[in-house]
Order: sequence, then C-alpha cells, then structure tokens
Amino acid sequence: MGERLEQAPRVNDSGRNFAGRGKPRPAFALWGLLTAPLAWLVIVYVGSLALLVVSAFFSLDDFTGKPTTELTIGNISEAFTQGEYISLVVRSVAVAIAATLLCFTLAMPTAFYIARLASRRTRRALVVALILPLWTGYLVKAFALRAVLAPGSEYGDGGFMSGLVGWSPGFGYVAVTLTLAYLWFPYMLLPIYAGLERLPNSLLDASADLGAGSMRTFRLVMLPLLLPSIAAGSIFTFSLSLGDYITVKIVGGTAQMIGNIIERALLAPNQPLAAAFTLWPMMIMVAYLAVMGRAGAFKNL
Amino acid sequence: MQLSPLGRLALRLVTYTVLGVVYLPLALIFVLSFNSAKSIAWPPVGFSTRWWQGFLDVESAREALFSSTRLAFVAMLIAILLGSMLAFALQRYEFYGKNIISFLAVLPIALPGIVTGVALRNTFVRFGWDLGFLSVVAGHATFCIVVAHNNVIARLRRIAPNLREASADLGATPFQTFHLVTWPLIRSAVLAGGILAFALSFDEVVVTTFTAGAGVQTLPQWILNNFSRPNVLPYVTVTATLVMLVSLPIAWLAQRLGDSNPG
Amino acid sequence: MKKVSALAVALLGVVTLGACGGGDDGGAMLEELGEGEGAVNLVAWAGYVEDGSTDPNVDWVSDFEAETGCEVNVKIGNSSDEMVELMQSGEYDAVSASGDATLRLIAGDDVVPVNTDLIPNYADVFEGLKNKPWNSVDGKAYGVPHGRGANLLVYNTEAGAAPTSIVDMFSPDSPYAGKISVYDSPIYIADAAIYLMATQPELGITNPYALDQAQFDAALAALETQKSIVGQYWALYTDQQAALENGSVTLGTTWQVIVNLAKANGAKIESTLHSEGATGWSDTWMVSSKAKHPNCAYMWLNHIISPQANAGVAEWFGEAPSNSKSCALTADPNHCATFHADDEDYFSKVYYWTTPTKECLDGRDVECVPYSEWVNAWNKLRA
Repeated sequence: MGERLEQAPRVNDSGRNFAGRGKPRPAFALWGLLTAPLAWLVIVYVGSLALLVVSAFFSLDDFTGKPTTELTIGNISEAFTQGEYISLVVRSVAVAIAATLLCFTLAMPTAFYIARLASRRTRRALVVALILPLWTGYLVKAFALRAVLAPGSEYGDGGFMSGLVGWSPGFGYVAVTLTLAYLWFPYMLLPIYAGLERLPNSLLDASADLGAGSMRTFRLVMLPLLLPSIAAGSIFTFSLSLGDYITVKIVGGTAQMIGNIIERALLAPNQPLAAAFTLWPMMIMVAYLAVMGRAGAFKNL
Repeated sequence: MQLSPLGRLALRLVTYTVLGVVYLPLALIFVLSFNSAKSIAWPPVGFSTRWWQGFLDVESAREALFSSTRLAFVAMLIAILLGSMLAFALQRYEFYGKNIISFLAVLPIALPGIVTGVALRNTFVRFGWDLGFLSVVAGHATFCIVVAHNNVIARLRRIAPNLREASADLGATPFQTFHLVTWPLIRSAVLAGGILAFALSFDEVVVTTFTAGAGVQTLPQWILNNFSRPNVLPYVTVTATLVMLVSLPIAWLAQRLGDSNPG
Repeated sequence: MKKVSALAVALLGVVTLGACGGGDDGGAMLEELGEGEGAVNLVAWAGYVEDGSTDPNVDWVSDFEAETGCEVNVKIGNSSDEMVELMQSGEYDAVSASGDATLRLIAGDDVVPVNTDLIPNYADVFEGLKNKPWNSVDGKAYGVPHGRGANLLVYNTEAGAAPTSIVDMFSPDSPYAGKISVYDSPIYIADAAIYLMATQPELGITNPYALDQAQFDAALAALETQKSIVGQYWALYTDQQAALENGSVTLGTTWQVIVNLAKANGAKIESTLHSEGATGWSDTWMVSSKAKHPNCAYMWLNHIISPQANAGVAEWFGEAPSNSKSCALTADPNHCATFHADDEDYFSKVYYWTTPTKECLDGRDVECVPYSEWVNAWNKLRA
C-alpha cells in the first residue's frame, strides 16, 4: 500500500489531468480540479509575455496612432541599433551591478558577524532587525532617502545630509545606486546568512588544522561554498535594480534607466516600441539567470 | 576559524554601522511626521502633532488603505492556495515539462516588475478586459504565488518522506495523511508564505500602476501620487510611519513562523 | 521535437490572438442628457480639477458633486502624450486636452463630437475659441474650450538681473547653468524652434510645429547643447515647484500655477513672458467615445466652463478663462486683462501646442517632421 502512494501518476504539460494507473482516487480528482486555475494563471502570465514579444513587431497606424497588426522590424531596430539606447542599457546594467556589489560588500561581513560571531541571543535580534525594513515599504524608503539626499543650495535648504554635513551627492546615478543598494540589502543578506548557517563547522576546523589563516579559509573554503547563496541573492538585487524606474524618478534627477525608457515609450503612446524595449531586460535577465543557475542559485531560492 | 580581535571588532563595527544606516532614513521619516512645516527639508522647523491628529480625515488615504488591505488579502489567499499546490506538484511528482515549470515559477520575481506590468496591461487592453480590481489581483497573484510556493517547497523538502509512508502503512487514507501528518508540518511555512505574499502585495507599486483601472488606488499609489503634493505630504509621512509601526510585529511574527522547525 | 512543435503552436496561437482583440469604439454624440451615473472619471492637467486637497480654499469639485451626485475621480496627466495614452485605454469619461492631443484623439476615435446644445454655458464662451482647427472637424465641435495661456519663463530674483529672453536657457555659457528646468515632453522641441526663430532666422522657421528635416535637426542640436546646462527635466509640476523652493532651479520653463504655489512657500521667484514669443495651450474638454458615465461627463463640462468655476480655475492655474462672464467673477479684477482673455491679437503670437504632421502646418510644400519622430528624437535625447 505504501508503494502505491509513491507511484508518480503521469501528468501532462498543463497539469490538468491525472491519468493515474489503477483506480482513480478522490484526492487526485480534487487535485485535477484545483490545478486548472493554476494552469490558467501560468497561461495568462506566460502568454502575456509571449504576446508582448510578438507585439514588439507591430506598427503604429500613421493616422490613428494605434497599434496595427502590420508587422515591422522598425521598433526592434530602433531599440537595438540606436547608440543612445545601447548606452542607456549599458548604464542601467552598470548601475544594477554596482548596487549588487555594494549590497554584497555590506551583506557579507554583516552576515558573517551575525552567523559566526554574535551570541545566540543577539543573532535572532539582529536578523530580525535587519529584515524588518523590508516590510516598511519600497516607496517609504525611497522617499526617505530622497529626504536624506536632497541637495541644498544658496537659496534653500536641502535634505538631511545636506543639512548635517553641508554636502550631499545630490540626485543622479550615485544617488540611484545608493538607494537601490539600500532598498535591496535584505534580499542579499538573507540568502548569505542562510548559507553561512548551513556551513558545517567541521570544514572550517579542518581548514584551520591544515594551516590556513582566516582570509585563506574565507577565500578558498567559505566563498566557493557560499557561491550558490550569493548567486541567489544577487538575482533579486540585480533584477530589481535593472528594471527600476520609480527610484530613478525619485532620486535620479535627470538620470534615466531602461525602465524609464520603457515607460516613456508606453506613454507616448507607442506600446509596440515599449514592448521592443522590454526585450532588453528580458534578454539580460534570462542570461543572468542562466549564469546564476550554473552557480547553483536555484538550489537555494 | 580564528579571527584576530581586531578582525572581530571590525566586523562588529561594520554590522552595527549597517544597522544604523538602515534605520536612519526611517527614523527621519518618523521625525518629519512631527514637523510643523510641510516639507522634508532638514532641519525640521518645529514640533507639531497636527498631522497625526488630522490624517484620519484625509479620505483618500483611508480609501487607499482599505483598497490595499483588501487587495493584499485576496492576493494572499490565492497565493497560499495556488502556491502550495504548485509546491506539492513540483516536489512530489515527476512529469514532462517539470523543469520548464520550475523556471517559469521563478520568472515573476526574476523579471523586472515593469516587464510583468506592461505585458499584463497589454493583454488586458487587447482582449478588452476591464482594468479594475480584478486585473490588479491577477497581476499580484503572479508574484505572490511564487513567494508562497518558495516557502512551502522549502519546508516540504525538509520533511522526511517516510512519514507519509508510515502513515499509509498504518491505514490512513491520503486525505487523513494530509490532514493529520502533512498539514501540521507545513502549516507554519504556508502561513509564513502567506504573510510574505500579503506584505509584497501591500507594498507593490509597479505592476499595480500598469494593471489598475481608473477606480482603484492602492496605498503605494496614493503615496506616489501625493508625496509631491505639498499639502498632502505631511499626511504621507504620517501614513508611512504608521505602516512602519504596524509592520514590525507582523514581520517579527513571520520570522518566527518561518524559522520554526517541522520537528 | 515535441518541445519545438508545442512551442510553435503556442506562438502561432498567440499571434492569432494578438491580431484579434482591440476594442470596438462605439460612442456617437449624446443626443439627450439623462440622469447622472453617480461618478465621473476625468483625465486633467494638474490644477484643473481641484477639490480642496491642495488648498482648502480652492475647490470647485465639491459643489459639483453635491449638485449632480457625480463623484469625481481625477487622474492627473503630466503631458499630452500621457493623456492620449490614458484616453486610449477607454477607462475615462472626459479629458482636458491641449491642441497637441485633440486631433490625435479625434483621429484615433477616442473622443466623440460634443452636443453643445446640451451644455448651456457654452453660449457664453468667447467666440475666438469656438470652432477652431484643434477642437472641431467640419464644423462639428469636439469639445468645449477650457481656457488658454502661454508657457512662461520663471527665474529666481536673487540669481541675477531679471531675464527677458530665453537665450540663457540655451546658451552653453549661461549664468544659470546647472540650475535650469525644462519641460520633459517632446513638444518642448517647439520651444527650441522658437529660440532658433530668433537666433538663426536664416533657417526660415515660421511655425515652430512645422519643421522640415533641416530645421528639426537644428532644433535637436540646440537641445543637445542645452542638455549640458539643464538641472531638471520636469514632468510633475510639483517637482519643479520643490526645486524652485529649495533653489536648485533658478531658471526654467513653467506654468503660472507653479510660480504661484512656490511663491506662497517663500520662493523668491518671478515669471515673465519672454521676448521671442512663447508656446502655449488652448485646452478643450472632450468626451470619451467609451465613456461609462456620459451624462456626468456632460454635467462636468457644463460645470467647468460655468462662470464661477471657470473663473476659479483660471485664477488658480494662471490662464485666460474661456467663459466671458468669468472675467467679472475673478478675485483679482484685472485677471482677464493680465492674461489677455479677450485679446486675440496677443494670442496670435502664442504658439498653441499642436500636433506636428507630415503636411507642414504652415502650408509649405515640403515634408515636415511628424510627431512620431518628435517622440523618438526626444526619447533619444533623454536616454
């Protein structure tokens, strides 16, 4: 009887039917009923993405300004061959990488301290304390940083930093990078912390026994073992940074990133062109996911 | 691993500095909600509690709060139900296309929100579906399901598989096994996933912007629309502070639930 | 193999599905005014639909809601492009469209002709605003005029001598470099064209919305130069207001309402109409072809151009009202004179926002750059 439960019934792609072997079980019939809405959602979501890609090839009617079904590669060519947009994409990726690196640089020592050096009592308190801001809201934090970074001038007061030390980086790419790193820091901290917790002490002891100093142990033993966790954390910080356009509007000044140009095209209104621009982050993320997958990120998501 | 005392001190310093930096802007918002002037400039002009006293009268804020809560609650329910199902399906069964489904399950949180938002809006508009509460729910459901699924599948993987076998050997039907064995072991993860989904939905603004119709305004949308409006700004800082204070115990609860062992 | 064919079928299905859909635009002109539907969804410029939340004394919505029972929901459009996009979604009932949106909305069947017989206050609208090229087609009115005005130059009075021209907005060695604020919309290219009309008359620009390729390229070059001295491209009016208040912007292209609001918060600024001539707007309230609340929409149109409400919005925003009876009701008795409400001669020198088309708007026989190219050029400039 125990074996029958472990038999895997064959399920087709949509997950709708369970053509089980042996007599039908009420539980499985219920399953089939419930997976239908799930399948619908998958179809709507994935279908929407596919439709978006297809719509990038539609053209706008000259007169009505609405998308037609006449195909054109004009949008793709505009989005992918114009130097200004390529430069924009490069800048966006650079900001996303910078924010990710900044997150990592701060999360690594912090996670290490909490996991390895802090006492049991403070450990939980520190983790909770550093994760809590995740719950306070994206916009609240973005506007809070605007209040910190707003530049002053000889005619008026600026934000906290300007008021306190008389200077602030002002609004621009630096402010955007700092804000994005601030926003996504918990997403980098959590996986690394979890990874550190899982690290067996025996490995570190063995490394010390073999004569490696702390830095060497860190570099040659810990870091490779932590790679999947770091990769997993970076997926969030990189993706969230790459496509962000609201933070750019709040603290970015005249800066623009790829999310802004997508929004611009959409509001033109030129939905097919916006769709063409979305191909950039889609391609970049698929590539990034593939690389991170090889680093083992998906084992820990 | 032996670290020099200096090394330990340095790490401790970094950690507490990071902690301070993380909470500084939030403390600033808290302080500014008592600012007698209507701006975010530093230093604050004077102390006043009038924004706290008056903000309940701001109708648009109340409506936005209600709207967000309703939306997040529905999204959480959908996430718990469908996310758990997805977790069960992926963890227990082998089927053709499983790898593709696993990959697709990551997409809603791996792809930038603007891509999801633009894609969904395009679909809704093209098929003539009304943009309103349901369209936003559909949008939120995508990433909420993924989040709940992640929590549940992580827990499922930690449950010893022989527990189900043992239960079946003792004569329990699949439903009894689920009810008496599996569910008690996973329910805290389901709850944690649900709370996380609630928080994500409550806070979400990008997908919401693209999928909400004329009649829907969630709290993040309200904040976005009103932060720039000088007369409403003080109420935004009050609302922001309130959201922070309310989310603390909920966050703590979610952490405890997520950490609890299946035993 | 199976994977590929399944994918191909799916893709084919998606393409077919994508080709279908697309809403049906029904909506003919309303023949008879019925009962209010209880709500009305508006797309409006900031400052046009005030319900007391910006300033408790500025409210012409609450009395409308009380009188008609139509609850007003307003979505602020920050540019004409945004308004066209919003109206295309079919979610809104009425829009306050500028001249660079009206004809696009008409061509796209997003708005319907307005039955002016159902709008009693239309009779009092200045004749100079009725049946113009931007708000009517073949004599059929497509909306009711809201008001008109010019885009002004704002400057910080402590930053130097008061400017009277936009030269300092464009020249690389401008004393205001780094603190200049420019309107973030493709239509701003026309302002660059106006600058060239004065500084490079040999280009032969007569209408800033009728630019052939050479003139257009020259305008873009001026904007590219300007980019190095710009401190802010504003889309939200409150962004410029905040920047004027904290002094990070000391010169810019603006609306009077922004100047008024910033001044009320202590900014030391003034506005002026620059000597080269300005772009401006003449706005029209239009009704959506997919309006779910057409009766309330008509009631709103009638209300916003009523003498009292129109006077209120004209004073708040800083523009000329469209209702001739409003001039007697403005708090400042000189308001209409200041804003040239009845001065057709003045407005003949204001270049209202208009949609550039391939057929040159100034009647020349060459090919002019259409608006879609303005959008692409602006996007690349901002990228």
